[in-house]
Amino acid sequence: MKWFGSLIFGCILFVSNSFAAGSGDVVLKHKDWSFSGPFGTLDKSAMQRGFQAYREICASCHSLNYIAFRNLSDLGYSKAEIKAFAAEYEVEDGPNDDGEMFMRPGIAADRFPAPYPNDAAARAGNGGAYPPDLSLITKARANGPDYLYSLLTSYKDAPSDKEVPDGMYYNAAYPGNLIAMPQPIYGDDVSYADGAPADISSIASDLVYFLTWTAEPSLEKRKRTGVKVMIFLLIMVGMSYGAMRFIWSDVKKA
Amino acid sequence: MSADKFSNPVVRWIDHRLPIFSFMDHELNEYPTPKNLNYFWNFGSLAGVSLVIMIVTGIVLAMSYTPHVDYAFQSVERIMRDVNHGWLLRYIHMNGASFFFIVVFIHIFRGLYYGSYKAPRELLWILGVLILLLMMATAFMGYVLPWGQMSFWGATVITNLFSAIPFIGDSIVTFLWGGFSVDNPTLNRFFALHYLMPFLIVGVVILHLVALHRFGSNNPIGIDPSGPQDTVPFHPYYTIKDFFGLSVFLTLFAAAIFFFPNFMGHPDNYIPANPMQTPAHIVPEWYFLPFYAILRAVPDKLGGVLAMFGAIAVLFILPWLDRSPIRSGNFRPIFKIFFWVFFADCIALGYLGGMPAEGIYVVLSRVATAWYFLHFLVILPLLSVIETPKPLPQSLSKSVLGGSAMAGAASAVKEKV
Repeated sequence: MKWFGSLIFGCILFVSNSFAAGSGDVVLKHKDWSFSGPFGTLDKSAMQRGFQAYREICASCHSLNYIAFRNLSDLGYSKAEIKAFAAEYEVEDGPNDDGEMFMRPGIAADRFPAPYPNDAAARAGNGGAYPPDLSLITKARANGPDYLYSLLTSYKDAPSDKEVPDGMYYNAAYPGNLIAMPQPIYGDDVSYADGAPADISSIASDLVYFLTWTAEPSLEKRKRTGVKVMIFLLIMVGMSYGAMRFIWSDVKKA
Repeated sequence: MSADKFSNPVVRWIDHRLPIFSFMDHELNEYPTPKNLNYFWNFGSLAGVSLVIMIVTGIVLAMSYTPHVDYAFQSVERIMRDVNHGWLLRYIHMNGASFFFIVVFIHIFRGLYYGSYKAPRELLWILGVLILLLMMATAFMGYVLPWGQMSFWGATVITNLFSAIPFIGDSIVTFLWGGFSVDNPTLNRFFALHYLMPFLIVGVVILHLVALHRFGSNNPIGIDPSGPQDTVPFHPYYTIKDFFGLSVFLTLFAAAIFFFPNFMGHPDNYIPANPMQTPAHIVPEWYFLPFYAILRAVPDKLGGVLAMFGAIAVLFILPWLDRSPIRSGNFRPIFKIFFWVFFADCIALGYLGGMPAEGIYVVLSRVATAWYFLHFLVILPLLSVIETPKPLPQSLSKSVLGGSAMAGAASAVKEKV
C-alpha cells in the first residue's frame, strides 16, 4: 500500500500531461528558454526587443488588451520612457463636460489601444480570420512558448500534394498546416537599437520572451517566491518529522 | 465532565456554562485513537485542511471576481495581474481543487481497502460519499467561473446531460440554464451555488466527524481496539503525525503552485468563452475523467447518464454489498487481488476519459465500465461468501512491537472510556 499514493499521483500527471500535449500531430521545435525551470528568469533585453518587434510587426493586427503602458516598467523601462511610449498613441476618452468623446495622447495608466474597434472589424480586415489577442497567447496554447516560436519560424512552401486555398498559407507547425495569417517575419523586419541579430528565429525568440511576460507578468516573482517557500516547507518537513519521531518514541519502542 | 481540569479561572467559568473547552479536550486532545494507523490515515485531516484552504482563498477571490459573461474572464485576469498577490490566491485555488481531489480519492481508496465502510461505520461512509458528490458539483461550477472556452463548453456538455431524462429533460435543462443556452443567468447562478456549496460541505463534514468520533478510527488491522493499551490520545500523537503529513502535502502543493501552476489545467481555458466556436476536444478536469469515460462508454445517452450517476450511487450501498465481516484487506487474500484490479480499472477509466471517443478507446472504456460495476455488484457480494480470510490477530497491541509499553501513555484515556 505504501507506493499507492505515489502511483496515483504519477498516473494523474501522466493522464493530464497526455492532453496538455494534445491537439494536432505537428512536432514543435524546442528551445531552452531562460524562464523555464524553478529558477527561471525573464531576459529583460530580449523582452525589450520583443516589445519593439510586437509594435512594429504584430500590433497592426493583434491587440494586447491586458497590458497597460505602466506594466512596461517590468521590462526595465523608466517612467519617462513609458510616458513617451504612451504618448505616441491617441486614446479615446470622455465624455467631457459637453458630453463629447475626445481623443487625447495616451498616459501610463492606459492599456494598449487595439488595432480594430471590435471583433467584426478585425475579421473584416483579415479575410474573415480573427487575429487573436496576444496577451495570453503563450498560456492559451499547449507548450505555448515552443508553439509560438515554431509557428513563427515554420512558414514554408507547401508540399506539392498539399493544396493551399486563396487567403491561406502553409505552416509546418500549425495544426492542419493551413493558417490564415500570412508570414509575419522575414528577417531584418526590425532594426534593434542594441544591435542584436534580427534574423527570423531571433525575432521569433524575442517575441516569445515578450509574450511570455504579457501572459504572466508575475512569472519571475512566482518562481522566486516558490524557491523561498520550498526552503521553508522542507525545513518544516524535517522538523515535524523529528518532532513526530520524538513524541512517538515511547509508543514504538519498549 | 467537570471543569476542574482547567486551571485558568476564565476558562473554568465559561466551561461551566458552555462546555466548549471540555468538548474540545474530549474530541481533540484525549480522544483515544488506534495506535497502529499508517500514513493513509493522514488523508482525512488533509482533506479538511484542503477544504479550509479552498474556502479562504475562494472568499478572497470572490471579492475581486465579476460573475458576468462580459467581465468574468477579464476580472480573473485582473486578479492575476493587478490584485496584490492575486496570482498566488488564484493559483492556490485552482490547484487546490486538484489537490483536494487527489487527497479525497486516496482517502476513499484507503476506506475501500481497509473496509472502513463496514459496521458500525456505514453512515460515516455514506456521509463521505455525499461529501464527494457535493465536491464534484462545487468543482464543476467553479471551473465554469473563469468563463474560458473549456468553462463554457464543459458547462454546455454537462448541463445538456439532463436533457436525457425522458419527458421533462429539456425543461430541466432550460431551468438549469435560466434561459435557452448557457449564458449570463447560468454564470450568475453557478457563482451563487459555488459560493454556497462549500458551506454545505462543511456541514456534512461536521456530521462525518460526529459519526467518526462515535466509534473512532478504523485501523489497518481492522479489529476494534480491545482496551486502552491499543490506543493513544489523539494529542499529541496524531496531531504531530497529521502535522508532519500536512508539511509533506504542502510541499508538493507548493511545488505545483509555484513551478507548474497550469499543468493540471487546460490551455483552452485561457481563451475567452466563445459560443460560436467549439474546441477540438472538450475534456473535463482530470478528476472527472473516470466518470466521463463511464458516461461515454454507454451508447445510449440516458443510459450513459444513469451509469455515470450509478458509479457514485453504488458507493452509497457498498456497506451492504460487501458482507464480509473482515474489514482489513490485509486478511482477505482474494479481495486484495480484486482491490488492486479495481484500482487499476479506475486509473484506466481516468486515462480513457481523456482520450477521444473513437476506435479501441470506446471498446476499452466499455470493458472498464463493465468491470467497475461488476466489482461492486458481483465480485464483492460473492467474495463475502466464498473467501476464507486469514486468521486475525488477537489485539492491536500484538501487531505492534513493544505494545506493552503503551499502558503508561494511554492511562489518561482509561478513566474516560
